[in-house]
Amino acid sequence: MKLKSTLENYIFITPATLIFVIFYLIPFIWVFRLGLYEWDGIVPAKVFIGLGNFKEIFFEDKIWWGSMLNAGYITFIALTLQNALAFMLALACDRQMRMKNFYRVLFFIPPVLSEVVAGLVWQWILDGNYGLLNSWLTSLGFGSLARSWLADPNTALSAVAMVHCWKGFGWGFLIFLAGLQTIPRELYDAARSDGANSWSTFKNITLPLMMPVAVLVAILTILGTMQGFVMIIAMTDGGPAYHTTVPVLRILASMRGSSRFGYACAQGISFGLILVTLSFIQYRISRLRRDIV
Amino acid sequence: MTAWYYKAKRIIINTLIHLFLISVAATCFLPLGWMVSSSLKTQETIFKDMSLIPGEFHFRNYILAWKEGGFGQYFLNSIIYTVSVVIGIIIVASLAAYAFSRLRFPGRKILFLVFMAAMMIPIPGSFVALYVLLNKLHLRNTGLGYILCMISVGLSMSIFLLKTFFDKLPRELEDAARIDGASKLGIWWHVAMPLARPVLAVVVIFNALNVWNEYVLAMIMFDSKNLMPLQRALMVFQGEFLTNYPLLMAGLTITALPIILVYLLMQKYIVKGVTEGATFG
Repeated sequence: MKLKSTLENYIFITPATLIFVIFYLIPFIWVFRLGLYEWDGIVPAKVFIGLGNFKEIFFEDKIWWGSMLNAGYITFIALTLQNALAFMLALACDRQMRMKNFYRVLFFIPPVLSEVVAGLVWQWILDGNYGLLNSWLTSLGFGSLARSWLADPNTALSAVAMVHCWKGFGWGFLIFLAGLQTIPRELYDAARSDGANSWSTFKNITLPLMMPVAVLVAILTILGTMQGFVMIIAMTDGGPAYHTTVPVLRILASMRGSSRFGYACAQGISFGLILVTLSFIQYRISRLRRDIV
Repeated sequence: MTAWYYKAKRIIINTLIHLFLISVAATCFLPLGWMVSSSLKTQETIFKDMSLIPGEFHFRNYILAWKEGGFGQYFLNSIIYTVSVVIGIIIVASLAAYAFSRLRFPGRKILFLVFMAAMMIPIPGSFVALYVLLNKLHLRNTGLGYILCMISVGLSMSIFLLKTFFDKLPRELEDAARIDGASKLGIWWHVAMPLARPVLAVVVIFNALNVWNEYVLAMIMFDSKNLMPLQRALMVFQGEFLTNYPLLMAGLTITALPIILVYLLMQKYIVKGVTEGATFG
């Protein structure tokens, strides 16, 4: 009777477990195994080369580390500019209860769009010859600034980073706003009746209470932005000359361009380890700071 | 005098805040407006007419994209994939979530942990191995393969949301059904699922958005154009009609419109999902 009941319970988790094991767990394990081989993805025979792929990644692959720097740059802009904007907007909306919903609806439009749509629309706006941005700059008298934003090596990466901010700030905004609304209003009232001005209530109540939320947003930003690449495919495909390429684009290039499946997996592992380390460090720093304050 | 001063100060500050908010809101909307506007122009007017509201409205691009561009087919594909994946996730994830919340069996805790860990460990290279696996299973370049992969992608998050909901649900109704002799599956379907409607709405919308907007898996999955969903087809289309911006923008509008409509209708659930999903991380 008991056994039958337990077996019955397994019916509930079997479909989920099967799909999960086949399409998530097995590929996950295979990545680690394939990373140790030189393999073109076609011939049955794989050549075992141990940590050879990793050696090549760490000591020879300059484009790979360049792509890491590019992703780091985009992420840095997202962490500072995008999250500062998200926080300021959330603060402003938290005050202005009246039109809060209207703004919230609009701010979350970029995040619900697909990366392909967002990338292609911005590519058209930033187009060097007929783009809207250049046309506006010219009509405002800044014609000298007009350029091929995505084809010019000096501006391509920054333009890509700005589009990422546009696409991403809505997430941070929503999470910050939800965080701000959990702060009890009585705290502000009490501080005000004690004679605190708005700056010191902000510094002593809002900021400390929002620290955990800020850490959460920062970790999500790092993990999301470092791994982003679909918008870049749509805008520049990594060009001009690797100026906007990012790690996942390099993994794709190893797999589809040079047919080096083992190397692509090794790149994936290295990148995954870097991401896990980054978010772990960030988490530890936040814990440390909380312990000190 | 001071009262007047404070009032004036507040009005000025509020105006500045609203100006700031409105200008950001405009930036969110403007690229979409430009997309629709460009899609209504022709190859001749698009490089001259820079106004947001075009002089003449040409809907021919939409007919061209839908029929000759193949967007009718891609649209249908996207609908089929999205509906199948969402139905699959609802059934598979709610069964598992219900078991994790209510039923006892060996391995329950560890299995749930593995599902949750999958949500947090980034594996940027997994699509390489997935590609190999799909080839071995003869599932690559098939709709079924894509649907199964996308179910797996949405599983962890959906199980988490549903389990959290079931945990908070009082058990009285289920106990009553059990005394009446209902089976476990019967209780899941007739008692727990109807009660879970609010969280099911969140799960449906999030997964629908996710599948509709998905690109990477579709890229490694499909070679045949007639199987491609919209996002993948758009990139192929862009490669073929590099300079025909009005046609491309019509294709983009066709792709983006359903998402925007769903979002505007369901934004309450989306906000809920973002904030609830985030508080877990």
